[in-house]
Amino acid sequence: MATLEIRDLHVTVEADNATKEILKGVDLTVKQGETHAIMGPNGSGKSTLAYSLAGHPKYTITSGTVTLDGEDVLEMSVDERARAGLFLAMQYPVEVPGVSVSNFLRTSATAIRGEAPKLRTWVKEVKETMERLSMDPSFAERNVNEGFSGGEKKRHEILQLELLRPKIAILDETDSGLDVDALRIVSEGVNRVRETGEVGTLLITHYTRILRYIKPDYVHVFSGGRIVESGGAELADKLEDEGYEAYTKGGASA
Amino acid sequence: MAEAQNIPVGSTTAGQIAVAAESTVATRMSAPPSFDVADFPVPHGREEEWRFTPLERLRGLHDGTATATGEGVKVDVQAPEGVTVETVGRDDARLGRAGTPVDRVAAQAYSAFEKAGVVTVPKETVLTEPIRIAVHGEGGVAYGHQVVELGAFAEAVVVIDHTGDAVLAANVDYVLGDGAKLTVVSVQDWDDKAVHVGQHNALIGRDATFKSFVVTFGGDLVRLHPRVAYAGTGGEAELFGLYFTDSGQHQEHRLLVDHNTPHCRSNVMYKGALQGESAHAVWIGDVLIEASAEGTDTYEMNRNLVLTDGARVDSVPNLEIETGEIVGAGHASATGRFDDEQLFYLMARGIPEHEARRLVVRGFFAELVQQIGVADIEERLLAKIEEELEASVA
Repeated sequence: MATLEIRDLHVTVEADNATKEILKGVDLTVKQGETHAIMGPNGSGKSTLAYSLAGHPKYTITSGTVTLDGEDVLEMSVDERARAGLFLAMQYPVEVPGVSVSNFLRTSATAIRGEAPKLRTWVKEVKETMERLSMDPSFAERNVNEGFSGGEKKRHEILQLELLRPKIAILDETDSGLDVDALRIVSEGVNRVRETGEVGTLLITHYTRILRYIKPDYVHVFSGGRIVESGGAELADKLEDEGYEAYTKGGASA
Repeated sequence: MAEAQNIPVGSTTAGQIAVAAESTVATRMSAPPSFDVADFPVPHGREEEWRFTPLERLRGLHDGTATATGEGVKVDVQAPEGVTVETVGRDDARLGRAGTPVDRVAAQAYSAFEKAGVVTVPKETVLTEPIRIAVHGEGGVAYGHQVVELGAFAEAVVVIDHTGDAVLAANVDYVLGDGAKLTVVSVQDWDDKAVHVGQHNALIGRDATFKSFVVTFGGDLVRLHPRVAYAGTGGEAELFGLYFTDSGQHQEHRLLVDHNTPHCRSNVMYKGALQGESAHAVWIGDVLIEASAEGTDTYEMNRNLVLTDGARVDSVPNLEIETGEIVGAGHASATGRFDDEQLFYLMARGIPEHEARRLVVRGFFAELVQQIGVADIEERLLAKIEEELEASVA
């Protein structure tokens, strides 16, 4: 069973000619089949955690370890991490000029699966997955994320999640900027992947809204660059009622 | 109609559509067209037509100091049966009919060449194999002139291949008879130090079709001036261009389509990729629709992809309309970057770095390359693009 283990992770970022520590000792274990929600106020370091795990060059790991099934993730390049089974659905997916969605998806699937998917089954697979996400077939011929609406970008991220079938999926504020219909469609996509039981999901969100569609097994409150409280789904209800105030002021952030 | 996106620092993407009685395309040149170099003042660099060009790298082509040497370039023409290949003197009446030099270097080339090449495809001759003109630089200074003429209803593909090292100023005339179909591929695959300046004039006969691919990879400085005019109604011009500008290279393409005749079409699509410090690409797209040119249909487009920091693009589409009785007219110019965030995005989907760059550049050029229709040229261009990319990754 695939397991992502994060131990005492410290991460800094360069900003305004100064080094700032964003993550201050994160400990978390995500196993295949589990869904963990990471919730926290803006600026708490949630997205830094997501991008650090994916290997974005902007972030420097100063100490701690991250392993996937015992393999040192931090030693891997960005593409190696993806091929090892990590997937990051980005909050702000990037436009890539000149590359069509269909070409991109196939190149990516080829890299992740280690061989080119058979054309016939692949075309069908993409088409059906797009249909389930209410994406128009013409989408495949557009350039990656170019001119996509916010909702289209998020659906495109979940399309990739469904096609690439990672071991660990990190969803970075996938719910932000979505209306209720889009949120439902995107959540259904995530749930289809979760229901296979083959993915460990790390759901990063600011709001509890998405948790009505995607039920977490564990909820972690993130504040000041670390997890300050962990619990079951009921912790989300508490946050819904009380907000993050208790964690941003007072004792919990110490 | 002009659009500009993600413009890298220091680059410009200016565009304008002028509706005017007086042609700014003509008036902004420093002298009227002429075959005589003496009619053009030596440029100082601030003239509209020279302002993007580093004159000091022209190696004297612009100021009369570049003297032709014996071993300038070697020209080898391979033509299928039925084609006439000649070398003629300066007084041959067939020279200079497609257009008149519009700047000093083009006039210098016309004033200085000793022998010109004339390739003639007789009327109604349809070639199945390309005519290949190999221009190989032998390290010297050279001036040249080449004429390609197709008789009425003739069809041909001409590949002009520039390789080696040279300082070359040479013009080309394409003369298309009525109903003729000419596809020209001009490849500038020069060594790093070469300098190549030229004006390519096409005169398109009634109902004739001219399709041109200008492909520039090499050279220290390449400045080409493809120009089109129509000799009769119903003419069609498709001008495609592809350039890959590397560190230190200056590659400039200045186009003019002169819609001087009713019911003609033109379509311009130039695409360039740039990488490396001081890579500089310039694209000027002038389209002039004269008052008499009713029923004109024209579109021009320039796209640039900047792969690294330090490269610069100047892209200036310019559409000038003197009649409202047209089918369509438009232009677009956009310069985008391939940046670290795009690279991260592709790599985060398992795609290795070199593959990611290749994906972007191949995708960017694919629609252009597919238009060529000459299989070995398409393959060579794709291979060349790969080679350019390998060099950048190394």
